[in-house]
Amino acid sequence: MSGFSRRDFLGRAARAGATVAAAGAAGILLHEEATLGAKKPQRQEGRALDYRAKAAGPKLAIATGPQRAASARAAVEALGGMGRFVAKGERVLVKVNAGFARPAWAGATAHPDVVSEVVKLCLAAGAAEVVVTDNPVNDAASCFDVTGIRAAVESSGGRVAIPKTDDFRDHTVPDGLVLRDWPVLLGPLDGMDRVIGLCPAKDHGLSRATLTVKNWYGLLGGRRNTLHQRIHDTIRDLALLVRPTLVILDGTTPMLRNGPTGGSVSDLGTRDTVVAGTDPVAVDAFGATLLGLTGRDLPGLAPAAAAGAGTLDWESLKPVRVKAGS
Amino acid sequence: MRVIHARRASQSFFLLLFLALAVLTAFGDRPWQMRGWPVGLFLELDPLAALATALATGVVWGGMIWAVLTVAVTALLGRVFCGWVCPFGTLHQAVGWVGRRLGIGPSVRYSPAQSFKYCVLAFLLATAGMDAVLAASRLAHEHPVPALAVLLALGAVAFAAVRRAGTAGARVAVVAGTLALLVAFGGRVLRQDDALTSSVLVGLLDPIPFLTRATDTVVLPLLDRSAGLLFATPRRTHGGWLIGGLLVATLLANLWRTRFWCRFVCPLGALLGIVAHSAPWRIAKACGCSACNRCDGACEGGAEPSRVIRHAECVMCLSCLDGCDDGVMTWRAAPSDGGERALPDVSRRGVVASLGAGMVAAPLLRLGGAISSDWPAGQVRPPGALPEPEFLDRCIRCGQCMRVCPTGTIQPAGPEAGVEALWTPVLNARIGTSGCQPSCVACGRVCPTGAIARFSIDEKLGRGEFEADGPIRVGTAFVDRGRCLPWAFDLPCIVCQETCPTSPKAIRLSDRTVTDADGAGVVLRRPVVDPALCNGCGICEHECPVSGLRAIRVTAENESRSRDRRLLPGASRPASRSG
Repeated sequence: MSGFSRRDFLGRAARAGATVAAAGAAGILLHEEATLGAKKPQRQEGRALDYRAKAAGPKLAIATGPQRAASARAAVEALGGMGRFVAKGERVLVKVNAGFARPAWAGATAHPDVVSEVVKLCLAAGAAEVVVTDNPVNDAASCFDVTGIRAAVESSGGRVAIPKTDDFRDHTVPDGLVLRDWPVLLGPLDGMDRVIGLCPAKDHGLSRATLTVKNWYGLLGGRRNTLHQRIHDTIRDLALLVRPTLVILDGTTPMLRNGPTGGSVSDLGTRDTVVAGTDPVAVDAFGATLLGLTGRDLPGLAPAAAAGAGTLDWESLKPVRVKAGS
Repeated sequence: MRVIHARRASQSFFLLLFLALAVLTAFGDRPWQMRGWPVGLFLELDPLAALATALATGVVWGGMIWAVLTVAVTALLGRVFCGWVCPFGTLHQAVGWVGRRLGIGPSVRYSPAQSFKYCVLAFLLATAGMDAVLAASRLAHEHPVPALAVLLALGAVAFAAVRRAGTAGARVAVVAGTLALLVAFGGRVLRQDDALTSSVLVGLLDPIPFLTRATDTVVLPLLDRSAGLLFATPRRTHGGWLIGGLLVATLLANLWRTRFWCRFVCPLGALLGIVAHSAPWRIAKACGCSACNRCDGACEGGAEPSRVIRHAECVMCLSCLDGCDDGVMTWRAAPSDGGERALPDVSRRGVVASLGAGMVAAPLLRLGGAISSDWPAGQVRPPGALPEPEFLDRCIRCGQCMRVCPTGTIQPAGPEAGVEALWTPVLNARIGTSGCQPSCVACGRVCPTGAIARFSIDEKLGRGEFEADGPIRVGTAFVDRGRCLPWAFDLPCIVCQETCPTSPKAIRLSDRTVTDADGAGVVLRRPVVDPALCNGCGICEHECPVSGLRAIRVTAENESRSRDRRLLPGASRPASRSG
């Protein structure tokens, strides 16, 4: 064997050896024999999304008047003003109901006038940023566009967050009955100091009414349509999912029938009322009366109250009643 | 004994072993049934299956570690797996031999088209590799300094390769460079997404799963048709015409070109050809060749031993040694005196195009949403199957689960299922002898890649430590009230309820009094499925007297492996049980 071929041989042998070593190392490094039940998923501990403000004041305010934006402002003022809830430099998420790609007049979604008003109030109180979000039933971008909410938010200085796939993370409601390890729209909540719920009062075929507690359904992802089989348990869990800073229910023209989508002006009534409060259960119990019901008629609400999310007896909170200018 | 006799003996042994193991892949504890035989041996020795699944999952699962042995042998001795072990190669060689004996004379000459198999390999690995690239990219962004060092080292290797090996090195450099760019920027640019992902398609063309599938689902069921030794009831195979037709077509192609598959198509042979590039000992020609070219005429791989030997094509059949009158063909450490070419002769364009096509293929296949929102409800996976994306990252479509299924209810998905699902296992309650048997765990035992996880009877039935998880559900039975006898025709029947194997039964009877043609009252017992109890076994569908389009049919809704397909809001089984 000549010197050249010996060197050649040794070189080849080294490379062949390296191939064997690399294959062996990769094989051993990556080898896995996952056995039966070896990797059970960790069940998540329940965690509350608690954004309640500490400052004391009235818990419920009912404003009446034909102009919903003015009513909303009056209701918040009656509670002590937005400054009570939002401190300078805080970041605020407003969860609106933007569920359907319907124009604002249909009353199926939060009205852009009210959304705009709330965004402005937050900014006026010194909020560093106001983000408006929802995971609607219809196509998200269409919903924010068709309802006019996007335009209202952006012209008022806020920002709309359209949910993205990776915004949903598994979350478990403390003592949740159904919302355990459930994909929740947590992305827009990252870094937020305050959360405000904002929605119209609407009729609903299964839960009787869609009010501020059911509004949090729009934070759910995954196959949430399976939850309708246990809608009342779900509403109870939703009341525990988010402990909001403030909720605002727009009952100016509540949807009395054909909800929650509506589609005709004849589906709407006129109640000229906006209610705001720190107790979503109480707000909804009052809201039910705008639809000709009581809190007891909403099968999900009493369990929510029993679980500690608030009180059905809204009158006990001594609501502040104000008349808003027209 | 001449060396090719030893090779033939080895080929015969491994072919017989392959067939024997296929026969042994049967559920039961008799000596000719599974009871611990290494029925997945050939699949586990397959480094292409191991590599592709490892790229997609980051895991070399279970017995697939044996593939390292094949790599080691190949790195040291060349493609002896192809020439001495591979049962598919043996069949091809045998058909070619018959062709020559019959004077049909399949061409033995080297063809530049033989480089096609490297393109097939590049395509399949690129298709499987997206997840690995993105994972590496994420890792690189987390640890930029070592990542930069690795990238620089790769660059240096590529540069050295170009300097030393000219065009062949340039090909290596192109691949290394593309990978480096992807790792450097892929994670930045590409978002984790259900379409930007790996798709493991090797099973379509990898010879070991190819032959295993054809043997398990076509050859054995056909051979056993009269004998009835393997299957008490003759076995049927959905879409068997395609699986069998491709087997016959590829075998007949050997009458046209020697070792057709091995030379032109085989991605495993291509991989081993590359692994063998530095084999210390190999075929060589010594001085004194009279240029009779008999070796070229005997060469199974088309490696042109009389000229500049193409080592990547050499399947180590050793026919050149046997046929050399001058005695100059030899197996040795020194390079061939006629010159040699270690790396495959494949064009840079071919490799780049194949890699590019492969990287586009998976997103393209996923774009249709067949594994997300537009999933086919009829695609009921065997119990123990991982969630669909992870399942597809592992399934090599070998057909072992179909072979072992005692009722033959596991069937290969047909062409209608699309490329990604083609020949993957689905439950078909109509075709087998019954649905999925409650006490059977066989499919999980034979799956070589863990696409169907091993599961116990307790796990399947949701007993013992699995009580909180509930049973493994593969789907849900839906009553078609327009076809069901008591619902549609007021005819009594309770067959589905009667045969429902769960306890309590997942089918309850809803009694209703109706008036018959004579005006008499008849109590009808109508079946109603409780989706919380139904595990989708399909026994009801199999037994349903409406024999065409059954009046009760299982679709995959509420299968426990998938959160996205659940039907009920309550607790579901884990979305992922593995890697």
